[in-house]
Amino acid sequence: MRRKIPDKEIQACALFGVMDRSGRRFGGDIAITAIKNMKVRGNGLGGGFAVYGIYPEYKNYYALHIMFQNASREAKAEVEDFLQDNFDVVNAEEIPTNPEANVIDPPLFWRYFVAPQKKGEEKKLSDDDYVVKKVMYINTCIEDAFVFSSGKDMGVFKGVGFPEDIADFFMLDELYKGYIWTAHSRFPTNTPGWWGGAHPFCILDWTVVHNGEISSYGTNRRFLEMYGYYCTLFTDTEVIAYAVDLLMRRQRLPIEIVAEIFASPMWDQVDHMDEKKKNLCMALRMVYAPLLINGPFTIVVAHHGEMFGLTDRIRLRPITAGEKGDLLFVSSEEAAIRAVCEPDRVWTPHGGEPVIGRLNSREGELNEV
Amino acid sequence: MKFKTHLLPEFIVKRDEDRCTRCKVCVKQCPFGVHSYDEENDRIISREELCVGCQRCVVYCPENALIVEPYPGGYRPNEYWTGEYIRDIKKQSESGGVILTSTGAQRRLKIYWDHILLNASQVTNPSIDPLREPMELRTFLGRKPDALEIEYEGEDVKIKTELYPNLLIETPILFAGMSYGAISYNAFKSLAMAAKEFGTLFNTGEGGLPREMREEFKDCTIVQCASGRFGVDPEYLNSAAAIEIKIGQGAKPGIGGHLPGEKVSADISATRMIPEGTDALSPAPHHDIYSIEDLSMLIYALKEATNYEKPVCVKIAAVHNVAAIASGIVRAGADIVAIDGFRGGTGATPKIMREHVGIPVELALAAVDQRLREERIRHKCSIIVGGGIRCAADVAKAVALGADAVYIGTAALIALGCTMCQRCHTGKCAWGICTQDPKLSKRLNPKVGAQRLVNLLRGWSLELKDVLGGMGINAIESLRGNRDHLRGVGLEEWELEVLGIKGAGE
Ligand code: SF4
Ligand code: SF4
Repeated sequence: MRRKIPDKEIQACALFGVMDRSGRRFGGDIAITAIKNMKVRGNGLGGGFAVYGIYPEYKNYYALHIMFQNASREAKAEVEDFLQDNFDVVNAEEIPTNPEANVIDPPLFWRYFVAPQKKGEEKKLSDDDYVVKKVMYINTCIEDAFVFSSGKDMGVFKGVGFPEDIADFFMLDELYKGYIWTAHSRFPTNTPGWWGGAHPFCILDWTVVHNGEISSYGTNRRFLEMYGYYCTLFTDTEVIAYAVDLLMRRQRLPIEIVAEIFASPMWDQVDHMDEKKKNLCMALRMVYAPLLINGPFTIVVAHHGEMFGLTDRIRLRPITAGEKGDLLFVSSEEAAIRAVCEPDRVWTPHGGEPVIGRLNSREGELNEV
Repeated sequence: MKFKTHLLPEFIVKRDEDRCTRCKVCVKQCPFGVHSYDEENDRIISREELCVGCQRCVVYCPENALIVEPYPGGYRPNEYWTGEYIRDIKKQSESGGVILTSTGAQRRLKIYWDHILLNASQVTNPSIDPLREPMELRTFLGRKPDALEIEYEGEDVKIKTELYPNLLIETPILFAGMSYGAISYNAFKSLAMAAKEFGTLFNTGEGGLPREMREEFKDCTIVQCASGRFGVDPEYLNSAAAIEIKIGQGAKPGIGGHLPGEKVSADISATRMIPEGTDALSPAPHHDIYSIEDLSMLIYALKEATNYEKPVCVKIAAVHNVAAIASGIVRAGADIVAIDGFRGGTGATPKIMREHVGIPVELALAAVDQRLREERIRHKCSIIVGGGIRCAADVAKAVALGADAVYIGTAALIALGCTMCQRCHTGKCAWGICTQDPKLSKRLNPKVGAQRLVNLLRGWSLELKDVLGGMGINAIESLRGNRDHLRGVGLEEWELEVLGIKGAGE
């Protein structure tokens, strides 16, 4: 038997995130204009958006955005049978698209609003774990079907093209309003465009957009395999998405701690910290060093209620943060923030220092939706 | 019956008579009695059949008058019946015994390190300049929990998970177990002093730890508990940073050890807790370990004796089923697994064991690391590999294959002066390393020895930092198990598969 030789993808990118910390939902023009402003950071081989708060009417159901390659009817039939067997499907519809948009050979997109129907042994799983398991099944076992996003009251829209063309294709500025928008423009160097390969990456309502190439990929990937995450896409971003899922969702570690894991402070700094802080940093490093993300990266991670941006420990990739009223921005470039507003404040965070946006109050979000 | 030996000399001693001033340094330096002074003719003569090629006289001859080189003569060349086989047969036909030797396997077998190449960054991710940016080699050794549970108390972050004891070393290189008895006190002390100065650990081997060293070196010592149980008592166990149960050794898997009575001097007898002048015999197995459950009992007995404050390491030789064995050892409660490869050295071993038993450590390491990951227990232990680590590149490759750290034994002795003459078992080491003869061992000054070792650690650590920086990595942890940074050349499909690496160009 010939060994499996997966090729890891190499890429560079632009990313942008904006959150209204009061929970007010707003349209796509800020994110679209900003990411378009960084056009040279992408090469038209991938763009995408994650938006939170878009399906208030179905907010108790998992929203599955599913792509069918080559508009495969067989894949769609198989997926729908699978969903019927494993979920209550309360609504299913084709995701509206604009046929005039400047994209080539788009696949078919559907969305399904579902509630888990657990049977037998699976009753022990939490709803979230159950959904993760089923999504993994679709992605790995049903040919030509791929789940873009699987969270509640949120969705991912992505594909091959410049991000503004993808936005146009999914008619984001007309159809959707959300309180967090993250966006990504891609510059892959070694993969042909594939719609599933664009960012954001998503598990449940966790999304990641990422810029950079991780030199610690092999270490990170093999560590995550021990926790049952198998990288099927061979992108750095997938590794980060799984790491976020493991640390934040499954192990419930807060962002501040996760930032110290992904971009741990240098030993030189740790040695000079006060005893308490030092012990914490030592323990984190001891246990989680395999999830230290080494090499240049900037990420924007979001889930309901929170968005954060982070760059690597020695800041090899750029990140800028900005604020205007309740709006918080993170961006690859300051110019993109200035393209959409005159910010009250912009700053450049240190390597490893997370920029965190949280809803001012949970009620804000609830009242709004 | 007495024979005229049929053996050819192994070395030839060439003395430049014009340079030689008859100073007799070589006569004094050679413990094998090669050189002697012929008063009548006022010249130095050499009995080359006694020469082991240790090069001591060559280095110390003040006139550079000596060259010692392999004997140029030999039998009719034959690829199959090589000179070595012919010589061994002749030796045994004269002695009727086992061929004894020392150090590690020397036979021609694929050296996997030399078929593995390291990666570097170009463009898509930047390399990092180790002269400008920090490069971190600090390494933890020991068991890690599955996750850390964190609790906030106001501003304070509290770790709720109980942590296991871990060792913290400044570079992923430790000194391998070499006992006081097998090596001289001065060599032993050199290792301890160097480990302490550099912030790493040395390993006592199975011969105990001299009392006067306990207080000073307790934070940089791994004490060994081997089948002979020499010098093991609660005080010994508690005067260390970690404890190692030695099951086997790469140079002679499956067999025990034997320190002849002549070497058991008063000091060694006190350290090993055996009568002076008696043979120190280490049985092949531990007589209380006949299964994995027994091993587990010993691991926990040692943990009990040390209040669960010290990681326990289990050292095994790399043998055929090493992956399954290592997994059993982790499940039995070991915090560290040490794997000693086929090339590992020793102070004395039958040649047949050294040359034919065990497997290369590169393959063993790759198999163990992969197996522990598949069983999802890799974080429950650290892996240290040893057995023929020759340079910093071997260290980097070992770490990328999955090792947490490496043990160096032979390389450390070479730093102290060893020239790989393979005569440790004679007890006449000309460099004062593998000997208990006070006249020889005083040739090695522990202060100088320690400095040489520290220099070596420093040199290798700097090289490791260069390699990391080239890959665009600034912490050794991000290289650990990162086989994406390795490529194979000249390897078969199955070998790439076991190593878990791609071929060059793939
Ligand atoms: S050490 Fe050198 S100079 Fe002195 S006696 Fe021996 S060969 Fe001659
Ligand atoms: S330690 Fe001494 S006797 Fe042993 S190989 Fe090295 S130089 Fe020779």
